[in-house]
Amino acid sequence: MQTPVAPAPLEHLKVGLDPKWLVIGVCLVVVGFLALVPFGFMVWQSFLTPETADAPSIFTLNNYITAYTNPETIKTLGNSIEFALGASFLAFTIGTALAWMNERTNTPMRRLFYALSIIPLIIPSILFSIAWIMLASPKIGLLNMVAQSWFGFENPPFNIYSMWGMIWVDGLHYSPMAFLLMTAAFKAMDPSLEESAVMSGSSVLRTLWRITLRLAFPAIVATILTLFVRAIESFEVPALLGLPAGIQVFTSAIYEAIHQFPSQLGLASAFSVLLLVITSGGIYIQARISASGSKYVTVTGKGFRPRSIDLGNWRILTTGIFVVYFLLIVVLPFFVLLWSSLQKFYAPPSMEALNHLTLDGYRYVLGSSDILNAVFNSLWMAVACATIVMILSAVVCWVVVKTKIPGRWLLDNMASLPMVFPGLVLGVSIMIFYLTFDIGIYGTFWIILLAYVTRFMPYGLRYNTTSMIQIHKDLEDSAGMSGAGWLTVFTRVILPLLKPGMLAGWIYVLIVCVRELSSSILLYSPGKEVISIVIWELWENGQYVELSALSVLFILMLLVLVVIAQAIGKRFGVKEVS
Amino acid sequence: MLKVIGLHTEYVSDKGVVVQAAKDVSFEVPKGKLFTLLGPSGCGKTTTLRSIAGLEKPTQGVIEVSGRTLFSSEQNLFTPPNKRGFGMVFQSYAIWPHMTVFQNASFPMEVGQKKFSPGEIKERVMRVLESVELAQYHDRDATRLSGGQQQRLALARALVMEPQLLLLDEPLSNLDAKLREKMRFEVKKIQRELDITTIYVTHDQAEALALSHEIAVMSQGRIVQRGTPREIYETPKNTFVADFVGAINFINASITAIHAGDNLMTLESEIGVVQVPFDPTSQVGDAVQICVRPENVHLSEDTPQVPHNNRFNGLVDQKIFLGEVLDFQVKLGEKVILARVHPSHKTPVGHTIHLHFDPQNCVIFKTTRN
Repeated sequence: MQTPVAPAPLEHLKVGLDPKWLVIGVCLVVVGFLALVPFGFMVWQSFLTPETADAPSIFTLNNYITAYTNPETIKTLGNSIEFALGASFLAFTIGTALAWMNERTNTPMRRLFYALSIIPLIIPSILFSIAWIMLASPKIGLLNMVAQSWFGFENPPFNIYSMWGMIWVDGLHYSPMAFLLMTAAFKAMDPSLEESAVMSGSSVLRTLWRITLRLAFPAIVATILTLFVRAIESFEVPALLGLPAGIQVFTSAIYEAIHQFPSQLGLASAFSVLLLVITSGGIYIQARISASGSKYVTVTGKGFRPRSIDLGNWRILTTGIFVVYFLLIVVLPFFVLLWSSLQKFYAPPSMEALNHLTLDGYRYVLGSSDILNAVFNSLWMAVACATIVMILSAVVCWVVVKTKIPGRWLLDNMASLPMVFPGLVLGVSIMIFYLTFDIGIYGTFWIILLAYVTRFMPYGLRYNTTSMIQIHKDLEDSAGMSGAGWLTVFTRVILPLLKPGMLAGWIYVLIVCVRELSSSILLYSPGKEVISIVIWELWENGQYVELSALSVLFILMLLVLVVIAQAIGKRFGVKEVS
Repeated sequence: MLKVIGLHTEYVSDKGVVVQAAKDVSFEVPKGKLFTLLGPSGCGKTTTLRSIAGLEKPTQGVIEVSGRTLFSSEQNLFTPPNKRGFGMVFQSYAIWPHMTVFQNASFPMEVGQKKFSPGEIKERVMRVLESVELAQYHDRDATRLSGGQQQRLALARALVMEPQLLLLDEPLSNLDAKLREKMRFEVKKIQRELDITTIYVTHDQAEALALSHEIAVMSQGRIVQRGTPREIYETPKNTFVADFVGAINFINASITAIHAGDNLMTLESEIGVVQVPFDPTSQVGDAVQICVRPENVHLSEDTPQVPHNNRFNGLVDQKIFLGEVLDFQVKLGEKVILARVHPSHKTPVGHTIHLHFDPQNCVIFKTTRN
C-alpha cells in the first residue's frame, strides 16, 4: 500500500505565495525606490551637460568646476559653516543651560516650562523668521523703535539682516531641540555618580566639570552635530534674512540657481551633492558616537530618584531666565504677528494705531478661495502622507526589529536615508528625476506628496521602532501557535499594539507635512499651492497684514493638533519621541 | 560617635503630595561599630542614611559626629556633603565609566580640601586597591570590571581617605546570591580590621544579622526596634519585626491560666493548648499571637519524650527540600505550621507526625482588637 505524497508540492506553492513575502517585497521596492532612485539620478546628472534639442547630454566635470572654482562658492561655504556653527552653538548653549536648570535644580515652575518648551518647535521657521523681521529689522522692527524712542539710540541697534541676525533667529528657534536632547541626556544619568563625587569631597563646580560634563560628552557631541546638520539644511532663515543682505549659504544658493533663467540644474546638483556630503558626514559621526556611547550607559534598572540642587535665592534668577526666554521665543514673536494681523496697513504699536484695529486681514484670509484651497491641499496631503508613512514604516520596522531576514539592516538604512537629505536637496533630486522621466506627475500634487513621504519616512520609522521594540516576540508567537497566519498576526496583534505609537507618529508627521516649505517650494506649480507656499508668496508680495492673519490662524491650528497628539500620547502612555 | 536625634524628613513627591520619609529617628553609634538600618523598601532607611551623608536635608533634628554638629534644624546648621569627609558606597556602585580603576579610587584624594603629593596618592591608592584585591587591575577601564569587582572598587574609593564614618547603601543587593554571601564576609572583615564606624542600609535580614553589631528595624519612617542581631531575632518586640526578620509561625490564642510560680502561662490556641513563658503584663483572657520560629519546631515519628506539654499530632501536608534543611508544612486541623528540620527526616506526605516546641522558644504579642 502506497500513500500518495501529493500535498508536498502544493504546500510548497503556498509558501511561495505567502502574503508575508508579498507585503515585504512591495515595501522593499517602494522604500528602495523612494530613498535611492531620485537621489542617485541627481548625482549622475550632476556629471552631465544639459540635454538640448540639438545636442545630447555628455559626461562632464564642468558643473563641479564651475561650482567649486568660483570664488563665490568658497564664500558660500564659509558663510554656511559660519552660520551653522553659530546657530548650533547658540542653540546648544541655551538648550543645555535650560536643561540643567530644569533637570538638576529646584527652579520653580520647571514642569510648566518643560510642557511649554515644545511650543517654539511648532511655529514654522518661516513664521518665526518673519516675526523676528517685524521685531528687529532696521526699518520696521519693533525692538528698534522701542530702543530708539525709549532709550535714545540714534541708529537702530538691531539689524536682523546680517549673519548675527541669522544666527540669532535660527539658534533661538532650535534651542528647544537642544533642550529636549540634553534633558534626555541628564535624565539618563545616574545621579549617584554625581553624589559619590560630592561624597568624595568634590565641590559642585568641580563635580559638574569632572563628572557631569565628561559623562554627558557623547550626548553633547551628538546634540551639537544634530543641531549643526539641521542648521546647514536650514532654508527659511538664510532665504528671508540672508539674501536681502547678500549673504548666501548653500541652501539659498541652490534656490537661486534654480530660480534664475534659465535654471542651472547642474549647478544646483553640484551644490546639493556637497551639502549632502556634509550632512551625511555629520549624521554618520553622530550615529557612531551614539553607538560607542553604550559604554557610558549608566542605567542600573532601578528608577533614579530625581534629586535637585537647592539654588537658594538664585532661584529668582533662574526663574527670570525661564520667563525672558519664553518671552523671546514665544510671546514676542506671536504678539507681533497678532498685532500686525489686526492692522489695515502694517504700523508699529501706538495709541493711534490701537484705534485702527480691524479684522480685515482675517476677512481677507477667510474670504480668499486661493488661500482656502491651499489649506485644503495641505491638509489632505498631510493626512495622506502621514497614513502612507506610518503603514509603510510599520512593515519596514517589523522586518527590521522582529525578523532575522538577512540584509534587514539594509532596509533599515535605506528607510532612514532620507534623514540626511536637506529638504531643498530632496526637492532638487525629485524635480530632476520627474522632469527627465515624465510619467505625468511633474507639476501635480502627487510629486509634492511623493517628496513628503520620502522626507518623513524616517520619522515614522522612529515612532514605530520605539513601540515595536516593546512588543514581546512571545505575543506574536503565541498568536502563531493559536493558528493565525502572518497577515492575521500582523493586522490583529501587531498593528493594534502599535496603535498608540502609530497615532502619535501619525499626528507628528501630519504637523511636519503641513509646515513643510523647502521641498514644496521647488515642486509646486502656480495654482497648486500649499499653506507654507501661500505664506511665502504673501511675503514676497509684501502683504504683511494678510500674512500675519494667516500665520496666527496657522499657529493656532498647529497648537490644537499638538494638544490632541499629546492627549493621545498621555492616554495611551506613549513617551514623546524626540 | 555618631548621634542622630529626632530626625524628621519629608519631601514633595512628583504628584505634589508631601511624603514623610523619616519620623523622629534617633540613635547613637559607638566608635568602631557596624550599625544597620533594616527594613522594607520605603521604610525611610535610605533617607536616614542620605541625611547623615548630607545628600538630603532633613526638616528637623540634629546630626553629630564625634561631637561636631553637622546638621541642626534649630541652629540652622548644615554642612554640605563634600565637607563632611565620609566615605559612601552606593547601591549602583556609581563607578565613573570614563575613568580607570586607579582614577576612580584616587579621585577623592585629588578633589578634597587636603592636598596630597602624587607620590602619596599613588602609594595610598595602591595600598587600598591591594586590600580589596584590585591592584593588578589598576590601569583597567572601570567599566570592564565585573559586578563584584566594581563593588570592591566602590568600597576602596570610599575607604581611600580613611574616613571616620563609612556609609553603605544596600551595597550587596546588585550581586548574585553566591557572590553576595562571599562579599558579606569581605565587608565584615574589612570593617572589623579597620575598626571603622559604619552605617549599613539593607532590606536583607540575613545580611543584617550576619554583619551588624547593632540593628535598627525601620517601618513607615520610624525605628520600631533596636538591638543586637540575637535580640532582634530571638525577642522581636512586635509582629512586624518578627515577621520581617526570618520565617515565623503565628498562632492565634487567648490566655486561660497564669502560673507565675512555674514561670509559665497556658493558652487555648487554634492548634490546641500551648504553654508559653510568663509575661507580667498579660492577664487571663487576653487575645495574643504566639510566634515560634520554624527551626524551633521539632518533628518525630514516635511520641517525643520532652519535659513540656507543647506536643501535637499532625499530618504532613507538603515538603520542600532546600539542601541543607528540609521545610515541612504540617497540618494541625486547619492550621499549617512550618517546621525546618534536618534533611534526614523521611516521613512521607500524608502521614501523621508528632510536632513539639519548647515553651521557652515562644514569644507572644497582644492582638490589638479593632
